[in-house]
Amino acid sequence: MSLFVEQALNGVQLGVTLFLLAAGLTLIFGIMGVINLAHGSLYMIGAYAMAAVAAKTGSFLLAAPAGLAAAALAGVAMEFLVVRRLYARDHLDQVLATFGLILFFNQAITILFGRQPLFVQIPPFLDGSVAIFEGVRYPFYRLVIIAVGLVTAIGLYLLIARTRLGMLIRAGATNRDMVRALGVDIRALYTILFGVGAMLAGLAGVMAGPILSVQVGMGEQVLILTFVVVVIGGVGSVRGAFLGALLVGVVDTMLRAFLPGVLRQVMSGPDADALAGGLSAMGVYLLMALVLLVKPKGLAPAHG
Amino acid sequence: MAPVVTGQAASARRNLWLGALVAALAALPFLADLAGQPAMTSLATRIVILAIAAASLNLALGYGGLVSFGHAAWYGIGGYVVGVLYRHYVSGDPFLGLSVGTDQLLVTLPLAALVSGLFAAVFGALALRTSGVQFIMITLAFAQMIFFFFVALKAYGGDDGLIVRRRNSLPFLDTRDAATFYWVCLTLAVGWFAFMGRLVRSRFGAVLAGVRQSERRMAAIGVRTYPYKLAAFVISGMGAGLAGALMANHARFVSPDMMHWTQSGELMIMVILGGAGTLLGPAAGAAVLILLETQLAALTEHWQIVLGPLLVLMILFTRGGLSGLARLVRGGRDG
Amino acid sequence: MAEPSGGDPVLRVERLFKRFGGVNATDDLSLDLRRGEIHALIGPNGAGKTTFIGQLMGEIEPDSGRILFEGRDIAALSTPARVRAGLARTFQITQLLGEETALGNVALAVQARQGHSFRFWARAGADESLRAPACDHLAAAGLAARAQVRVHEMSHGEHKQLELAVALASQPHVLLLDEPMAGLGASESRDMVEALKRMKGGLSILLVEHDMNAVFALADRVSVLVYGRIIASGTPAEIQADAQVRAAYLGEGDA
Repeated sequence: MSLFVEQALNGVQLGVTLFLLAAGLTLIFGIMGVINLAHGSLYMIGAYAMAAVAAKTGSFLLAAPAGLAAAALAGVAMEFLVVRRLYARDHLDQVLATFGLILFFNQAITILFGRQPLFVQIPPFLDGSVAIFEGVRYPFYRLVIIAVGLVTAIGLYLLIARTRLGMLIRAGATNRDMVRALGVDIRALYTILFGVGAMLAGLAGVMAGPILSVQVGMGEQVLILTFVVVVIGGVGSVRGAFLGALLVGVVDTMLRAFLPGVLRQVMSGPDADALAGGLSAMGVYLLMALVLLVKPKGLAPAHG
Repeated sequence: MAPVVTGQAASARRNLWLGALVAALAALPFLADLAGQPAMTSLATRIVILAIAAASLNLALGYGGLVSFGHAAWYGIGGYVVGVLYRHYVSGDPFLGLSVGTDQLLVTLPLAALVSGLFAAVFGALALRTSGVQFIMITLAFAQMIFFFFVALKAYGGDDGLIVRRRNSLPFLDTRDAATFYWVCLTLAVGWFAFMGRLVRSRFGAVLAGVRQSERRMAAIGVRTYPYKLAAFVISGMGAGLAGALMANHARFVSPDMMHWTQSGELMIMVILGGAGTLLGPAAGAAVLILLETQLAALTEHWQIVLGPLLVLMILFTRGGLSGLARLVRGGRDG
Repeated sequence: MAEPSGGDPVLRVERLFKRFGGVNATDDLSLDLRRGEIHALIGPNGAGKTTFIGQLMGEIEPDSGRILFEGRDIAALSTPARVRAGLARTFQITQLLGEETALGNVALAVQARQGHSFRFWARAGADESLRAPACDHLAAAGLAARAQVRVHEMSHGEHKQLELAVALASQPHVLLLDEPMAGLGASESRDMVEALKRMKGGLSILLVEHDMNAVFALADRVSVLVYGRIIASGTPAEIQADAQVRAAYLGEGDA
């Protein structure tokens, strides 16, 4: 029972991380019509900047904001130099140009930090575990990730539903001319929005840093999972991104945790582990296929 | 385009050019020997094989407007058909109770195309329920799933892949000879490009071009587009599988890396570089990208830091890849 | 109102409703199209005319109501299936294949009419069984001389003519024309009216149009659509005399 609760929480923790990435990706697509493959690179940049500052200063409290700032800056620069010229292009051009950005960022990080993964300690004040109820203890740091993710989700909801910026975002998605008529510089709005999306990706990278190894290629792995989340949730929908992220996080974690045990009931140990490994790696993709069969537009599509 | 009156003369001239091109390509191993660079033949073989894969992707992407970001999966599956069959041929173990092992190219190639086509049919049928950006994401995700499947497939090497110790054999020909294998690949490539050329001018090709330009128009003239898109996707997957099978023979090795998502990206780059929706464009794109990669790799191990920005610049400032670049250099209008 | 001349209507719409958000785009709309007639549907902008055509073609699903085509309820048919059954439309905002020639556009519609297109080898461009009928349809729409011109090099008026030729190529029994005169110059409009006159009797036409001269020159009957409702229906003379119509529509200076 306690193992189940622990794994469920791990799933939620992966889910909120994916949500931070998916929310940015889906907002940027929904509003600017751009599919940005290099979104995963922003996640990687956040993690690396955090790891580098943590190694230099030993302070997580300095490292975390550094990671956010680096990701946001990289995002704004990316928008200003490249992505802005892609708004009017078709998806194919967007995919290939941002694919070029991935090659660049991965190689640049390799040159700066080498190929060896970096490891970051969980900061002492977030270390240890807490009893969530009778007999079940859970790492404090992971609980903090969940809390930060949920707070961000609520904040994002309030931003979009309640603020002037959110109103412009919603209006900009459907009617650019109307927003322009309001006297808003839509280019600046897009740059800011892109920066916000980048910062969310950076936040995910910063938080994941101490529990994963920080390495080149981490961005693409998580990017493809993020695509699965976005497709399951419905392209352009932040609510869908939230649903999809939690679903993908929990299903992926549960399969990895429990499938080997289940299969060992019916076959020999090594075979069961190999098969379970393969099946659980494929699990979320099968889930996506299933959702697609039933609801081709995703669970919570943005329009209609 | 040429006016109707001179259409025949133009097509005769075009055939002449194509004939000269094929003859020059066929002579390449001799030239490589003369130049004292036998490695050129191997490099050219790689280009010819990837040209087949890129031309196949071009059918879906360039002609049908189906932006598949997962074609490396079909390419890799074609490779694995060769690898798996070779393994069973060597070990003599049955596969699903059947004694299937073989090292005959005449068996493995069609089988590779067939198996890749089957997989493309299953996943294409699902992915084509969507369009636009979702289609891009889904093809990428499905390819990633197939990638993970082969990584987990410990029975066939898992992460490490499979070694094909000797190339598949052909009657009367020595495929282990680099030049001979190059000619085999070139022959298949010429055949595949000829087929593509006919295909895009056929009734099927006309429907495909219509699908790319306006699905709404196609519905309004009574065409249900889904079966045509699926057929194009499957043919495209079969060609990629064929290329993968050839590559497995060329490299004498298959691994999940063949279906890594960056391979899908590279195939797309070849198509765009050469000009999507043109017959020979993908071949030119394959040649340019492979040569560029080998040249850059010789200069620095961090060649991707050059290739990445080059790619970005190409997309931002040229339309239609190399032909767009040529137009830009000539000072022509941007199309 | 009584049906003057015999036969079942080829297209019958019964109590069609469609709401978008809070707006009734189609509000209890009933309408008959008789075999061989030109029935004009007029109404101010935003009256729901294009939405109505979309529902007839199966591009938009109505909330309720029935559409009977040649006596059969076609609710379950997709757009392509409706086209194969004999319904065809033109688009107010033209939907042509921009990279193809005029001939190519029409030939593809002829090809679609001939059955499946799973033919992978023979050149479609050299196929006389596609080319000859396509040329005929181009000629019927007044585009015979422009067959080899690419769509994106043609004028707006020619696009409208080509829309008509493509629709004719699917050999419809019922043709739905969505503002075929919109944006045409005076002489182009006259040509289009002549082209439609030549088709009259051979097939049944529902003509959505703002150009009142064209409507009164062509239509056997006229229905007036305002806010998704038909407020009047009758012969052109009756409609011109109808006080309600004049107030709602004709008085607004369009005639």
